[in-house]
Amino acid sequence: MDFLFIIQQSLSSAIGVNTIIFALAAIGLNMHFGYTGLLNFGQAGFLAVGAYTTAVLVVSFDFSLWAALGMSILASVLFALLLGVPTLRLRADYLAIVTIAAAEIVRQIARSATFNDTLGGSDGITGKFGKAYFDLNPFKEGLETPILRFSPNDLWVVITGWLLVAAVLGFMWLIVNSPWGRVLKAIREDEEAVRSIGKNVYLYKMQSLILGGVIGSLGGAVYALSRQSVQPDNYSTFLTFFAYTVLILGGAARVFSPVIGSMIFWFLLVFVEQVLRQAVAENYIPDWLINANQVSQVRFMLVGLGLMLLMVFRPQGIFGDKKELALDARA
Amino acid sequence: MHAPNSTYAAEARKALVSLDPRPGVDKPDPIIVAEGIKRSFGGLTAVDVAKMQVQRHSITALIGPNGAGKTTLFNLLSGFDRAQTGSWTFNGNEISKTPPHKIARQGMVRTFQLTKSLYRLTVMDNMRLAATAQRGESIFLSPLRFIWGSQEKEITERAEMLLERFKLIDKKDDFAAALSGGQRKLLEMARALMVNPEVVMLDEPMAGVNPALKQSLLGHIRSLRDEGMTVLFVEHDMDMVRDISDWVVVMAQGQIVAEGEPHEVMRDQAVIDAYLGAHHDMSLEAEDR
Repeated sequence: MDFLFIIQQSLSSAIGVNTIIFALAAIGLNMHFGYTGLLNFGQAGFLAVGAYTTAVLVVSFDFSLWAALGMSILASVLFALLLGVPTLRLRADYLAIVTIAAAEIVRQIARSATFNDTLGGSDGITGKFGKAYFDLNPFKEGLETPILRFSPNDLWVVITGWLLVAAVLGFMWLIVNSPWGRVLKAIREDEEAVRSIGKNVYLYKMQSLILGGVIGSLGGAVYALSRQSVQPDNYSTFLTFFAYTVLILGGAARVFSPVIGSMIFWFLLVFVEQVLRQAVAENYIPDWLINANQVSQVRFMLVGLGLMLLMVFRPQGIFGDKKELALDARA
Repeated sequence: MHAPNSTYAAEARKALVSLDPRPGVDKPDPIIVAEGIKRSFGGLTAVDVAKMQVQRHSITALIGPNGAGKTTLFNLLSGFDRAQTGSWTFNGNEISKTPPHKIARQGMVRTFQLTKSLYRLTVMDNMRLAATAQRGESIFLSPLRFIWGSQEKEITERAEMLLERFKLIDKKDDFAAALSGGQRKLLEMARALMVNPEVVMLDEPMAGVNPALKQSLLGHIRSLRDEGMTVLFVEHDMDMVRDISDWVVVMAQGQIVAEGEPHEVMRDQAVIDAYLGAHHDMSLEAEDR
């Protein structure tokens, strides 16, 4: 087996484009679920809004890329308002149902034949809408080392993407450690108690939904830019559940945990895939057990199993505080 | 017995002594005035209060058998539930359509029968949270510590003083979930005081509290009144009601059936029947008295 290749692929994935996208999605979810207790199961919808707004405005409406990126933030704010106004006064489980449905509505609209001309139907949009961004790329050659390997474009996305993640994390750290963040955490614990001491719970929940949604939509914009294409089925519920996995893996309600969770998740996914692929190719694993075509499915099973074991033996995630989790008297 | 050591409280008591003890009687200086409150759940009328006033600077107890509508009335007055009809004012301001957080900001703060400590916040954060008009609670100012840092320091100092008084200062960095049931009651009361309320509404403050702590809770409630606050509380513990209240309002089947000074009210046959359950199978008619 070519272990160096396995390590190279896994490490490149651990700090790669997907890690950045899912880190941003999970940071947004952390705001919703980890800090405010909002069960948002429609994070994929926010990513889709971010990705599609960026792509569609450039390709179909001749916006500059930078204006389109600004509009994508605005669009995700509107999407959050649309979701929040009817549901945030209701119990948490209603929000879960509405968000999962809303994300699917966004995806189905995007892939519907009616809007084929602008949204591209089930094929999505492919084009050079990221040109203005890649024109700024100073790297003419990619990175080629024994342990890391990126194409020139990926290297540019990775570097700017991590800068974006760092800025978002810095902002998150400031606000969750402020009196504003304290109100959110209190809402997570008991809304009624927070109302009884004079806080407008609805307003704070809305702010949290918007902010986490905008952060998720930034992930969507990175998704679209990095591939120079958007495809509706990339924004189905699996994306939301991967983002939750990443969040819980790292440990909810910790500022840095979504990043670590995302790194581990993508490292494992690629590591397991590469090991299996080589093991199958070199017949360490017999064909009747796993064949080459099944590898990419089996890796999800194995990673899923690993995550289940993690939840059993370390339910607070990697960085979570076990004491804090155990204190949840309602559990 | 304990003598009120503030002139406010003494005056309130004196004013109440001379009142005619009948349901809905006008108080000389009411802070809460309620009229015609009705709340029914389907066919069941939970609250049907024609008139109720709460005297400023007094400790008023709200008693009655289970299901009498005390907690529902509490929920209505504090904005946590909506009445079908009726209106009530706090300090002369109409608040019957006001959402709960605005009522709390106006200075009428409640606690809950089942304590609502914010478990995964520290005791200190529970306290800080309750301070009003915090600049750092605005999403736009929250990243800018230099804007709210000084206010946070003042709030922390005030919280420390209250925690000292409620003997929770040693626990300030513990999670609220690590407190005992009685300590959580104390924390909830201390947290309510962070709002700087004029009226404190306590829903069964003694439920599940051990006898030793009961005495200190009683002392705390008295001191609220002595500092000029008005206390309205729901309670089942008759000793406590007799001990600390200046005025007692008795509810049964959603209505106020008696009002008066604690010792007098408890001699009232209707109250004895209704509350102590001597003839709990008899229907209670206020007119029988």
